[in-house]
Amino acid sequence: MTGELSPGQILIVGALLVPLLRGRLRAAYMLALPIIALWSLVSLPYGSFGELQLLDMSLVTLRVDKLSFVFGVIFLIAAFLGIIYALHVDDTVQHVAGLIYAGSAVGAVFAGDLVTLFVYWEGTAIASVFLIWARRNERSFHAGLRYLVVQVGSGVLLLAGIILHYRQTGSITFEHMGTDSLAGVLIFLAFGIKCAFPLLHNWLQDSYPEATITGTVMLSVFTTKLAVYALARGYAGTELLVPIGAAMAAFPIFYAVIENDLRRVLSYSLNNQLGFMVVGIGIGTEMAVNGTVAHAFCHILYKALLFMSMGAVLYRTGTIKGSELGGLYKSMPWTAGFCIVGAASISGFPLFSGFISKALIITAAMDQGYFWTWLVLLFASAGVFHHSGIKIPYFAFFAHDSGKRCSEAPANMLTAMAITAVLCVVIGVYPQPLYDLLPYQVDFRPYTTEHVVTQLQLLMFSALAFTLLMRTGIYPPELRSTNLDFDWFYRRLGRGLALAAGHLAERAWQFVTTGASRGAREAVNAIERHHGPHGVFARTWPTGTMAFWMTIMLAAYLILSYL
Amino acid sequence: MANNENSAKGTASERRYWLDDSRNVDRIVWGVYGICAFLFLIDILVPKHGPFSVEHVFAFYGVFGFVACVGLVLAAKALRVILMRPEDYYDR
Repeated sequence: MTGELSPGQILIVGALLVPLLRGRLRAAYMLALPIIALWSLVSLPYGSFGELQLLDMSLVTLRVDKLSFVFGVIFLIAAFLGIIYALHVDDTVQHVAGLIYAGSAVGAVFAGDLVTLFVYWEGTAIASVFLIWARRNERSFHAGLRYLVVQVGSGVLLLAGIILHYRQTGSITFEHMGTDSLAGVLIFLAFGIKCAFPLLHNWLQDSYPEATITGTVMLSVFTTKLAVYALARGYAGTELLVPIGAAMAAFPIFYAVIENDLRRVLSYSLNNQLGFMVVGIGIGTEMAVNGTVAHAFCHILYKALLFMSMGAVLYRTGTIKGSELGGLYKSMPWTAGFCIVGAASISGFPLFSGFISKALIITAAMDQGYFWTWLVLLFASAGVFHHSGIKIPYFAFFAHDSGKRCSEAPANMLTAMAITAVLCVVIGVYPQPLYDLLPYQVDFRPYTTEHVVTQLQLLMFSALAFTLLMRTGIYPPELRSTNLDFDWFYRRLGRGLALAAGHLAERAWQFVTTGASRGAREAVNAIERHHGPHGVFARTWPTGTMAFWMTIMLAAYLILSYL
Repeated sequence: MANNENSAKGTASERRYWLDDSRNVDRIVWGVYGICAFLFLIDILVPKHGPFSVEHVFAFYGVFGFVACVGLVLAAKALRVILMRPEDYYDR
């Protein structure tokens, strides 16, 4: 039975029972779901299952191959960790939404055709928005609406692309697409929105920091990495992705340096890490695609770990603004330690997970002679250490003592962080099992003297720069602020234009209605003037008047007949 | 670990931590300088195999990391002039 049930469906169907359960039973049940799904996935051989006939299209709801398998595995591990992290939450909406969201993402990864992909694609959008709305304040409500519009927009583009693709080729199989046809371009854009391409990215930094503490951890895992998977499947080797990825890797780090909300800093660095993956897909060689997949795997873990640690800080102190935090290592030493593990992993320190995955992408860029891309990726590597590796732990846990004293994070949060941190280190120290999961054979040794030393040089001199800038007071302080990003165009300019257009329409309508009512009033007045009690037509006319007018008319007739 | 839960300010009697002593912070900073100096010097002993010539320049990675980060921070600081708005900018 489970042989033909997608692991994603296990989570989605399983989520429907969650509202009926309470307490420990519910916790055990929720934790069992991703384990059962993972077991069902591992027990499946590679191949296509769950074939359905819809009209004259054949759907493949479950396709297991090397690429979908590795994404499925990490999604299910992340779902498990996300559930542990959220166990203290007593909000059924979040639990159900989280499970359906994770299940949809897993289902999408195993979709063998574009229609199934579309269904799950929209499933992730709709389920995940509840993780934002569950914060239950006005900001999150509006952020959730904006998020939903963008996500559904991506779905609409995907659907349009699928329809065109089907009309052109008669096939809906989800294979390599390329950007040669309009259908290919539309689907590329749909993936690009979810992958937060430059200028299409702002939904991410706008919405993730507004979601619930536990919701942001889930959000950070699925949507964008699903897009990475979809791009790797459909667009590997698309040269255009190299500059797009390089831009993504570079520009968000400038924002990350000046951003005050530490969960938003992490959202910018998430965007930057996606850039590395997109470059890998664009290069498209076996090593590059392996690098992308490995990096997505590691990134899901360390990014979730960082969001977990910042979530714990927000949970305990009620704020996540760098300007209000500091010195928390005294109150939350374990959280601080786990955060540092996540920071070391994202920065790519030797012995941590980022080191063994990012290297594949950078080496692939070097091997293919992408000089400028390589330079940008080095810059982005130094930059990510600067803003995620140092800034996040430094401003939250060290810096000046904010005086905040609180308890350590709840046990379930610590457990989730501990497991994730251990995974980050284990993968970093012993990468071979991960390399064995990758789509292609890996012939790469990350721990060479050259690689270790050059990477340490890059990172330690970045640390040196941070230290010197801090000590000289040049480093920009954390300030309560909003930084304008591309969302200004729709949140301010677009809104302004919409309001102006509305105002104009209102004025035009006013003009029409007042004009019409004035016209009607004048017509009524005119009728009243002529037909009213004192109007000319209401007068009783004496016989003399009639005789007078008859005489005039006869005279006129007489004159006219002589002319 | 502090045990006065959720109170606003640490008290004077609170335990002093290792990092509370500014001399220890200085020691960490000197540690960073020392590690950087070490990594800088051993660069000469590490053969590079990359295809780009710039990579073979002495201590390229260290210098690049330093310059990149200083440039990043200065550029970001300058960007604040253009980009920074009050916190409630979008709520008005």
